[in-house]
Amino acid sequence: MKRKWNWPIWIGFVVVVAGLFSYEFFAQFPITRDFPWANFLLLGIGIALLIIGLFRAFGRPQVYRGKIFGSIFAAIAVLLVAFFSYVIFYVLHQVPASAGAPHVGQKAPDFFLLDQNGKPVGLGDLLSNSNGALLIFYRGFW
Amino acid sequence: MRSFQHRLSEFDARGIRVVGISVDPPEVSRRQSQRLGYTFPLLSDPETKVIRRYDVLHPGAGPKGADIARPAEFLLDSNSVVRWVNLTDNIAVRARPAQVLEALNQPSPAGQ
Repeated sequence: MKRKWNWPIWIGFVVVVAGLFSYEFFAQFPITRDFPWANFLLLGIGIALLIIGLFRAFGRPQVYRGKIFGSIFAAIAVLLVAFFSYVIFYVLHQVPASAGAPHVGQKAPDFFLLDQNGKPVGLGDLLSNSNGALLIFYRGFW
Repeated sequence: MRSFQHRLSEFDARGIRVVGISVDPPEVSRRQSQRLGYTFPLLSDPETKVIRRYDVLHPGAGPKGADIARPAEFLLDSNSVVRWVNLTDNIAVRARPAQVLEALNQPSPAGQ
């Protein structure tokens, strides 16, 4: 008898991959960016489906396929989840302490830089005729 | 910075000038400004002089191990005294406009 397609393995693997590749999408919204719970939710659903698929493959091998490729897909999925967790919980937290950054109440260092049109802009320009300035240092687009 | 662009009128109304600072050369900043519709200036510090002066350098974190700025936000009053500062411990978590607007509602430490 031809054995059945073990869909939870395939769908589970696709959901895990989608959980990773949707990071850029969810990072657009503060609510899913500060902690990427939407991505972890997808990864969790994918892993759960893979486990169901493996139970079917190993529990009823005469009915369902997937003992070998199911194991391979599950191993790859676990590695992907481990890598994602490593980035989220370790890599993103590797930020310098910046102990010497100006504190509240201190005077901020003056500067003079070119803007996006090549026009020089100084801190003094920003603070003349204004109530203050918000300086946003960012990593850049390169 | 997208969220600051969305609420830029609230900063304008309070007389607060918003600027971004990074190692990007002006051409890159101009392209990004146009693409993302930013109307506040993006200042270019390719030699990381100002970034170092503010101690917000992230050594080797850029492309090919280049030095770049770590995310950080400073709110200054008109005498360039720091009113509020945010030094995140997570690259992905930045200040939100609401936090800065809230800080603006607090009295200035310089007693303005």
